[in-house]
Amino acid sequence: MDFGFLFHNIIELTITGLALGAIYALVALGYTMVYGVLQLINFAHSEVFMYGTFAVAWVVVFFHGTTSATQSLGSSLGILGAALVAAMVLSAAIALLLERVAYRPLIKKGAPKLIALISAIGASFSLAEIMGLRDKIAGWVGLQDDLSAYVSKARDLYSSPIDVQPQNLFPVGNYQVTDVDLLVIGAALAMMVALDQFVRRTRFGRGIRAVAQDPESAALMGVNSTRVVQLTFLIGGLMAGVAATLYMIRIGSTRQNAGFILGVKAFTAAVLGGIGNLRGALIGGLLLGVVENYGSAVFGSQWKDVVAFVLLVLILLVRPSGLLGEALGKARA
Amino acid sequence: MIRSTLVRALAVTAALGLSVTACGTTNNGTTSGSKSTAGAACGKNLAFLGAETGDAGALGLNMVGGIKLALDEYNKKHSSCKIGLKEFDSQGSPDKAPALATQVVNDSSIIGLVGPGFSGESLATGKTFFEAGLPSISPSATNVTITQQGWTTWHRVIGNDDAQGKADATYLTSTGGAKKVYVVDDAQDYSKGLATVVKTALGASAAGSDEIQVGQTDMSAVVTKVKSSGADAVFYGGYYTEAGLLVKQLRQAGWKGTFMSGDGAEDPAFVKAAGASAANGAVLSAPAAPAPADFNSKYKAVNSADAGLYSTQAYDAANIFLGALDAGKSTPEDINKFIGSYTGTGASGPISFDAKGDVTATTIYAYMVKNGALDTANPTPIK
Repeated sequence: MDFGFLFHNIIELTITGLALGAIYALVALGYTMVYGVLQLINFAHSEVFMYGTFAVAWVVVFFHGTTSATQSLGSSLGILGAALVAAMVLSAAIALLLERVAYRPLIKKGAPKLIALISAIGASFSLAEIMGLRDKIAGWVGLQDDLSAYVSKARDLYSSPIDVQPQNLFPVGNYQVTDVDLLVIGAALAMMVALDQFVRRTRFGRGIRAVAQDPESAALMGVNSTRVVQLTFLIGGLMAGVAATLYMIRIGSTRQNAGFILGVKAFTAAVLGGIGNLRGALIGGLLLGVVENYGSAVFGSQWKDVVAFVLLVLILLVRPSGLLGEALGKARA
Repeated sequence: MIRSTLVRALAVTAALGLSVTACGTTNNGTTSGSKSTAGAACGKNLAFLGAETGDAGALGLNMVGGIKLALDEYNKKHSSCKIGLKEFDSQGSPDKAPALATQVVNDSSIIGLVGPGFSGESLATGKTFFEAGLPSISPSATNVTITQQGWTTWHRVIGNDDAQGKADATYLTSTGGAKKVYVVDDAQDYSKGLATVVKTALGASAAGSDEIQVGQTDMSAVVTKVKSSGADAVFYGGYYTEAGLLVKQLRQAGWKGTFMSGDGAEDPAFVKAAGASAANGAVLSAPAAPAPADFNSKYKAVNSADAGLYSTQAYDAANIFLGALDAGKSTPEDINKFIGSYTGTGASGPISFDAKGDVTATTIYAYMVKNGALDTANPTPIK
């Protein structure tokens, strides 16, 4: 147990942990919003994120080609901007598709929540495997040669050819904060604030809170619950698209099962912060990222997940509704 | 009433039918339909068990390519008595391999196994194959403990991690000039085995160690540990995906030391995972020499892809089995004895086996990544 190492490097571990946690937080938003409105755990949200990461990689390959290049963040802004838009669009599209195909028929029939959960798990596997079989699917329409840069070796690691090299900006203690760190943390905070304002101040946001609080009364008050559910999934998808772009800037590679582990961690973060609570998703995500890093530092990287889940259990023992507890429906105007 | 019973009966039959076909194996290659009674092993199959998909799937595909080349050459010379190949994709996982091993030993058309590909799956399935008496030659499983289990049917045509780890430690400290080496591994049998040998051989030069998980993508804690330890070299025991992501994040953090890994990372996919500029300067060792000059063109003609690490080893392993068939051996015991007494030179170098199944001569080569590509033609042998 190396506490000395932890204290000596605490600033570096905290900042890199916050950067990791920011990505968890953005994905956790999707889980927490859908749970708040539908009381449904959307297990397929991890695949919504994964499709976003592929959209980023594909856009980079489309504009840049497949030659490997290392660039600073500043010089990649154009292509990354296009990638961000593509990721948000694709993630949102997958989220809406999920809602339409996997959940709406069950909700309309009043099926038990357990059935919707099973449908979510099935959708998660199907989406992941469809990405893993994209070379065969391209083969059905005869496009596997034209699209080979996008679909070949479908089960291998798929890397974005542009490597974003972080530039050091300013030192905090003995750690040089980089532009990528600032971008990731800043973007997550900005998205969170924007979403929080949306839910609190706009008419759509009021609709979401109304359906979260009581779907029948909301319907009586003229809120179209189908539209609200679609909007919830859409927002979750957009957030996942942003998370996917930030993930690809930091890590640079993805594969069809990249969503799985990250989805489990993000769901944990959502529960940690209080499922159904937007600010809880942010706190939970950032806290989880930092705790994972501290756990790796003190016990060794193989204990990282153990530390994270033990923390979850301890917090739930003390506060069963999570850190912030309060649900989406009870957010004050 | 009758209709619903009929529907139920049909559903059960369909489900049973589907599950029976699902238990079937993938069959690639030609198998002769007629069974010859003259004792020759015509229409039999070699089996391959290893990773064709997954984190390290590129390595398994190299091996399958080598086997297919050997079979193609053999079947051209014996067009009336062809041998086929049955592939079993374990994804490199010791959890999935045992069930596949049971399928292999229950298939009476399989006369020998080229594989298992990786050390974890070899340890998980060795007993099954030994008890069934099925001879196997692995082109790539390098963990030392496999040949210490007493499985007389298990052989490998590649040097083991004892040799590789010691050579790697020597390379880092003498040629690489490193004073402090940080060792990381991913806790799998092969990775831990190799990393432990390296750490022991480094002795006082080992600056610390850490263990990551397979599938982990964020290595920021390990990067912090490496930087903080003042290490000027890192040795990674594991496969190319995590190796590439680790070196990429080390370089992004501004670490300038030497990055070295073993044969699990010696693949062009390492460069793709790391990005060209992070991968440059990396040293990847392997107990395998570059393939002979004409091997790649012959390989490409059969497989439409370039040969890679373990292609020559798998080719030689398959040829040893085919040589046993040529010499008239057809029972597992005879084939196993043939392997034990085999001496020859294959595409991967001179081959003969000791009593435990290890190959007797082994040289470790250091492959460099230069100018954004892995140089597979000019490695340096490590003395």
